[in-house]
Amino acid sequence: MDIQLLSYLFVGVTFALYIGIAVWSRAGSTNEFYVAGGGVPAVANGMATAADWMSAASFISMAGIISFLGYDGSVYLMGWTGGYVLLALCLAPYLRKFGKFTVPDFIGDRYYSQAARVIAVICAIFVSFTYVAGQMRGVGVVFSRFLEVGVSTGVVIGMVIVFFYAVLGGMKGITYTQVAQYCVMIFAYIVPAIFISLLMTGNVFPQLGFGGSVGDGTPLLQKLDGLSTELGFAQYTEGSKPMIDVFFITAALMVGTAGLPHVIVRFFTVPNVRDARRSAGWALVFIAILYTTAPAVAAFARVNMINTINGENMQGTLYEDAPSWIKNWETTGLIGWQDKNGDGRMFYAADERNEMTIDRDIMVLANPEIAQLPNWVVALVAAGGMAAALSTAAGLLLVISTSISHDLLKRNLMPNITDKQELLFARMAAAVAVVVAGYLGINPPGFVAQVVAFAFGLAASSFFPAIILGIFHKKMNKEGALSGMVVGITFTAAYIIYFKFINPGANVADNWLFGISPEGIGTLGMILNFAVAFGVHKLTGDAPDNVQDIVESIRFPKGSGAASSH
Amino acid sequence: MSFESKEHAAKYWRENVRLMLTLLAIWFAVSYGAGILLVDVLNEIKFFGFKLGFWFAQQGAIYTFIVLIFVYVKKMNALDKKYNVHED
Repeated sequence: MDIQLLSYLFVGVTFALYIGIAVWSRAGSTNEFYVAGGGVPAVANGMATAADWMSAASFISMAGIISFLGYDGSVYLMGWTGGYVLLALCLAPYLRKFGKFTVPDFIGDRYYSQAARVIAVICAIFVSFTYVAGQMRGVGVVFSRFLEVGVSTGVVIGMVIVFFYAVLGGMKGITYTQVAQYCVMIFAYIVPAIFISLLMTGNVFPQLGFGGSVGDGTPLLQKLDGLSTELGFAQYTEGSKPMIDVFFITAALMVGTAGLPHVIVRFFTVPNVRDARRSAGWALVFIAILYTTAPAVAAFARVNMINTINGENMQGTLYEDAPSWIKNWETTGLIGWQDKNGDGRMFYAADERNEMTIDRDIMVLANPEIAQLPNWVVALVAAGGMAAALSTAAGLLLVISTSISHDLLKRNLMPNITDKQELLFARMAAAVAVVVAGYLGINPPGFVAQVVAFAFGLAASSFFPAIILGIFHKKMNKEGALSGMVVGITFTAAYIIYFKFINPGANVADNWLFGISPEGIGTLGMILNFAVAFGVHKLTGDAPDNVQDIVESIRFPKGSGAASSH
Repeated sequence: MSFESKEHAAKYWRENVRLMLTLLAIWFAVSYGAGILLVDVLNEIKFFGFKLGFWFAQQGAIYTFIVLIFVYVKKMNALDKKYNVHED
C-alpha cells in the first residue's frame, strides 16, 4: 500500500479509537468533568500526564532542535524532565491533599483573596491559549504533510475530534484518550528510532547506540564532532551558548514545567496523596522514554543528513543522484538547495560553502524516509504526531474551560449555580475555547510560535513561587504573594516583550541583563518574585490563623478525600 | 489534629523537608552541576563512548530524576506510616 493510503488508515483508526473512548467515559458531574472523579490510577495518570505534557513540539521539533544545537539542546532535555522532580517533591502531594479542582482555587483560598484568584485565572488562561494555538497548528501541519489536505481543513478536522471528547468527556474522557494517545505516540517515536539505531550502530537501544560506533569503527559522537568542526559548526558535544544562559534557560523550563496549570491539574485526578507522588514518578518514566531517545535520534539524523548531502568523501552529492526524500520534502519547503558554485552538487556547512536551507522539523518527519524504512513506519509517524498534538490541546482546553466555569463563574461571579448548571457552563466554555483555538490555529498571530516558549518563563515567575510559599511558608500573607506574582510576571513579560517585539534588533548577548536571554529570564523573574514576597511579608504581618491551620493540614496525607468544590 | 502531638507534627515536617532537600541537592548536582557547571571538566572523562559531562546533560540527569522520585515515594510512605498519617 502507498504511504498516503496507509496514513489515512492509521490516522482514521486512531481517531475512531479516541471517539469510542470519549463516548464510553463521558462525564456526568462537575467532579468527573474537572478531575475525572478523582479516581484515576497512578500509572494511568502518569501516562495521561506524559501525553498531556508532550506536545506536537516535543514529538516533531525537539529532536530536530537538538540536532542543530548539539550540547546546547540539553536545556530542553533537562529542563522539561527536571520539573517533574519539583512537582513530585514540592507540589503535587500537597496540592492533592488540598483537594480542589484548579490552581486558581489553591491560590485564591490559600491567599484568602478574590484578587489573587482572578490574577491566577488570567495567568492560567493566557498561558493555556498561547500554548493551544500552537497545538492546533501542529494538527494542521501533520494533516497537510501526510494526508495532503490544506492546513485549514486539517485544523477543522482536529477541532471536531477534540470538541467531541473534551466537551463530552471532560477530564474523564480526556484522561483515557490520553492514555491511548500516549501509546500511539511512543510507538510511533520508538519504532523508527530503533530501526535507525540498528542501521547505524548495530545497537537495538538508541540510548546505547548513541554512544556506540559507526560502520568504520569511529565512535558516533567523535565522528559528529569531527564533521561539525570540518564544516564550520561548533563541536556537537560542546555547544556555543554561554554557561550562564544555559543555566538560566534550564531553570526557567524546569520551574515553568512545575508551574503550568494543565500539568498540575493532572495530579488532582488521582485517588490520594500517595498516588499523586507515585504518579509523578510514572509520568517521568513515560516522558523519559521519549526524552532519552530524542537526543540519540538527533545525533543519528545529523550524521545521516550530512553524509547524504555532502557525500562520504565530503565533496558534495550530485543533485540528480540525491535520494527521493530530498526531492519529496523540497516540495513542502522544509529543505531547499541553491547551487551557488554551479557544480551541480549539494553541500551543507556553516560558512560560505553552504548551499542548503534545512528546516529542523524534517529530522523527525523525514527520518523514516532518510533511513529507508518501510511505508507503514512513515504512516505511523503521522498518527503519532497527531496524537501528540491532540492530547496536549485537549488538556489545555480543559484548563481554559474550568478556569471560566469554575474559577470565574462558580467561585466568583455566580456562586449560587447548581452543579448541573456549572457543568453546562463548563461544556459551553470548552466549546467556545475549541473554536477560538481553531481560529488561532488557522490564522496564527505572528507571535504564537515566539510566545509558546515563554509560557514557561511566565509560569515560572508567577505561579511557582506563590504555590511553593503557600505550602512551605505558612505565615506568608496575601500582600506578599500577590505583589511577588505581579512583580515577577511584569518583569518577565516586559523583558520578553522588549527583546522580542519592541526592539528585536537588540536581542543579542551584549544587551542582555547578566547575559541572560529572554528564554531564561523567567528564572530571574522567579527570584524577584520570591524576594518581593519575603520583603512585603516582613512589612505586613502574618497570614490569619485559620489559613495557617489549612497549611498545616495539607502537609500530611491522612484524611485526603475526593476533590471537592467546597 | 491527626498527629499524636504538636511535637510529632513538627518532627514529621522536619524529616520530610530534610529528605526533600537532600534529594533536591542530588537533583541540582546531576543537572546544573554535572550537566552545566562542571561539564567541561567531566567531558575529559570517557564513559561508554560518551564524554561524561555531555552524557549527564542528555541522558544521565534524566535517569537520575526518575530514581529520585521513586526514592522519595518509598521514603515518604515509610515516614507517613511511622507517624501514623498515611492514608487507608
